[in-house]
Amino acid sequence: MLLRTVSFCFAAVLAAQSVFAETGKVTTFELENGLQGVVIEDHRAPVVTNMVWYRVGSADEPAGYTGVAHFLEHLLFKGTKTLKPGEFSKIVKENGGVGNAFTSYDYTGYFQRVAADRLPLMMQLEADRMRNLVLLEEDVVTERNVVIEERNTRTESDPNSLFQEQRRAMMFMNHPYRNPVIGWRHEIEALNLQAALDFYETYYAPNNAILVIAGDVTPENVKALAEEHFGPLKPSDNIPERVRPKEPPHLSPVTVTFQDPRQTQPYFVRSYQAPKRQSGDQKEAAALLLFAQLLGGSGISSVMGQKLQLEQKIAVHTSAWYDSMSYDPETFGVYAMPRPDVTLDDLQDAVDQVLAEFLEEGVDAEHLARLKVQIAAEDIYELDDQAGVARTYGQALTAGLTVQDVQSWSDVLQSVTEEDIMAAARKVLVLKQSVTGLMLPPATEESQ
Amino acid sequence: MIRFFVVLWVAVIAALPAAAQIKIEEVTSAGGIKAWLVNEPSIPIIAMQVGFKGGTSLDAPGKTGSINLMAGLLEEGTGDMDAAAFRRETESLAANFGFSARRDSVVVSAQVLKSNADEALALLRKAIVEPAFNDAAITRVRAQVLSGLESDLKDPQSIAGQTLNAIAFAGHPYSLPTDGTLETVKALTRDDLFAAHRASMSKDHLIVSVVGDVTAEELGPMLDALLGGLPEAGADLPARVAFGATGGTTVVDFPSPQSVALWAQPTSVDLDHPDFMPMFVMNHILGGGGFGSRLTDEVREKRGLTYGVYTYIAWLGATEYIGGSVASANGTVGEAIDVVAAEWKRMAEGGVTPEELDKAKKYMTGSYALRFDGNAKIARVMAGMQLDGFVPEYINTRNERLNAVTVEDIARVAKQHLQPDGLRFVVVGQPEGVVSTD
Repeated sequence: MLLRTVSFCFAAVLAAQSVFAETGKVTTFELENGLQGVVIEDHRAPVVTNMVWYRVGSADEPAGYTGVAHFLEHLLFKGTKTLKPGEFSKIVKENGGVGNAFTSYDYTGYFQRVAADRLPLMMQLEADRMRNLVLLEEDVVTERNVVIEERNTRTESDPNSLFQEQRRAMMFMNHPYRNPVIGWRHEIEALNLQAALDFYETYYAPNNAILVIAGDVTPENVKALAEEHFGPLKPSDNIPERVRPKEPPHLSPVTVTFQDPRQTQPYFVRSYQAPKRQSGDQKEAAALLLFAQLLGGSGISSVMGQKLQLEQKIAVHTSAWYDSMSYDPETFGVYAMPRPDVTLDDLQDAVDQVLAEFLEEGVDAEHLARLKVQIAAEDIYELDDQAGVARTYGQALTAGLTVQDVQSWSDVLQSVTEEDIMAAARKVLVLKQSVTGLMLPPATEESQ
Repeated sequence: MIRFFVVLWVAVIAALPAAAQIKIEEVTSAGGIKAWLVNEPSIPIIAMQVGFKGGTSLDAPGKTGSINLMAGLLEEGTGDMDAAAFRRETESLAANFGFSARRDSVVVSAQVLKSNADEALALLRKAIVEPAFNDAAITRVRAQVLSGLESDLKDPQSIAGQTLNAIAFAGHPYSLPTDGTLETVKALTRDDLFAAHRASMSKDHLIVSVVGDVTAEELGPMLDALLGGLPEAGADLPARVAFGATGGTTVVDFPSPQSVALWAQPTSVDLDHPDFMPMFVMNHILGGGGFGSRLTDEVREKRGLTYGVYTYIAWLGATEYIGGSVASANGTVGEAIDVVAAEWKRMAEGGVTPEELDKAKKYMTGSYALRFDGNAKIARVMAGMQLDGFVPEYINTRNERLNAVTVEDIARVAKQHLQPDGLRFVVVGQPEGVVSTD
């Protein structure tokens, strides 16, 4: 009965997709100075999302300067040859726009959401700060304090973040993914104007940027506007080849324990080295993504949830993840929080048992069919979120994927077989290539 | 094409962006269920929000957390389907359902494909109208809630909020945590959950918003099928309560390098008050608007004391107050608080400048359209409006009303309603030089 429903929906989903193929149309262009453009059409509302993505993130920072990519992101709001500090945000707001910026390991992005008729102004502003940033010593010092407070809020006040930093530093022994995006505290404190400016001058240029525009626009208009505003910008001639230090073979499983009086809930979390989505060859990554979904993508209807939460009743939460979109290989991982009367050791044994059983028993065909129905439906649901689609393209292109890779991803996922998943699972579940984290329960108070 | 844009380029300086063109139909089903509908056929999906006024404030005495636990159990089994079967069926239909309990509402959100909407909503009906509250599911979800409550006990933001609520609303449901306490949640029974369901999810509390590929004619029968089985009447909404905290400072010792500070004071300006719009704009300029607001300028941009400082007006179902929050290192939080208090006073005494007001109007009117560019987003906005008692016409008159606000209006409401000496600060951390006043 259930299977019949599944196949019925699947057919319905695909039919609907072909009828509405015009919505969400994606086109691309490239300017002579190397700027790449991606246009995602959505004509439902007179609104546009304007994003500029730079192919540079914290994993591109020079040694000893962790946090400079993120610090520079803050400083991009400080002023240019023609704009006073803070004026950028002021102009965006006075035009009814909202905007912000974000930094990760592989990218730095800036965006505004605004009425579609304000797009030219937004592009002019982004083009201006791509090459004409002006930094003053006093602004740099004040903003460094803001970033330290940001680290206080995000990291120092959150034991989970502190723990994650420690685990990543073990997971990546040599690759700069080992450093936190926001930077190590002592290195943030030492960041200065020159460090930020050097980073800016090296990496902020049209030939290292991707313009992603989503909304009520046409590709022709966007390209013309990009020519007008970004076209005159000079490309950078000293962008280093994007080759980061590689991981050596991991020969020993690592366990990291962590304890903090502010942390009440113990949990188990393990990450494994995992391959990434390769441009033109995404099958293995697709299999890994489905493996993560089967294992722990949806709580109690996933394998871990079914066994650890429903049957054995030893876990409060379970999940599994796979970071597929990164410039260099990232991680696959599993997580479980124990019920109060269950020890972390017992929980860890139970998780290992679930993983071993999966490798033994294989994929539940009906479960995989359900996932594929959801993947097909997601092609339709995502049309409702133009900014989300824009983020997907920005993240993919800065991770070394192509527009074609993004567009074929759904089909690749549909083509994954049970055998593909098992092969990927066997490849990734190698204990010596893992870091196990045990967040310990708080120390018992002394009664004396 | 280029010339077309050049023309607009000039227009940018002169005109504000086009207002959102949202056509809301008010639909009443044969069975008497009302909904706001926006027909948007360009994507074959339907987004829906089913809201119930009251929320966790309808928890019966001693049963704090019952409505939150109840809402968490709606997707955990119905009739002869257990939790896993319900999830599998949801996944097979590629539907997305969400269930949440908030201070003033229980909200069920749904995103379904047009192609199997009837089946998906039939499944959702079972969850909303006929939840099973199986013992196994209760035990499991209760453990999740308790785990969250344990974490809240060591979360500075949560400690600060709970401390402020306990001071401000003593004796009223608002003084209690929405998710309950370890003691009350442990004691909840299956009968308590059925009682919570009856009290909070009834037709007299119901609002519905729908956006997507569905017409008014199609929607009526869908509403009756989905919600017709709900009881007519639930518990009475909570009595009104005044924000009762007096001016002063409460410090809660918590070992962390950074302190979290909240502050608040009462206001009598509710959503129907003639001064609603001036207060709304005044708050934006004071600290509601992030970058460009006075507090962000003074505390973050000029002094580098924080990553974020905000103010807000809490328009709750049974009360109103104006407050804010900031986080700063233990050594600097005192200075941040002093700046907040000084800015409160400056606004009360001097209001805003014409330039500030002009800037705020441009942003607030211009950005309004950004809320309406997706089915799910529009459905959420319309649900929020109905829960807050707005009429559909508000969307089309809001910007006009906002543009009518004058500097004199703001000076008057700031003087009348801001109480620099009436602010209650709650500071959680180990702040240097900040002490409790009582």
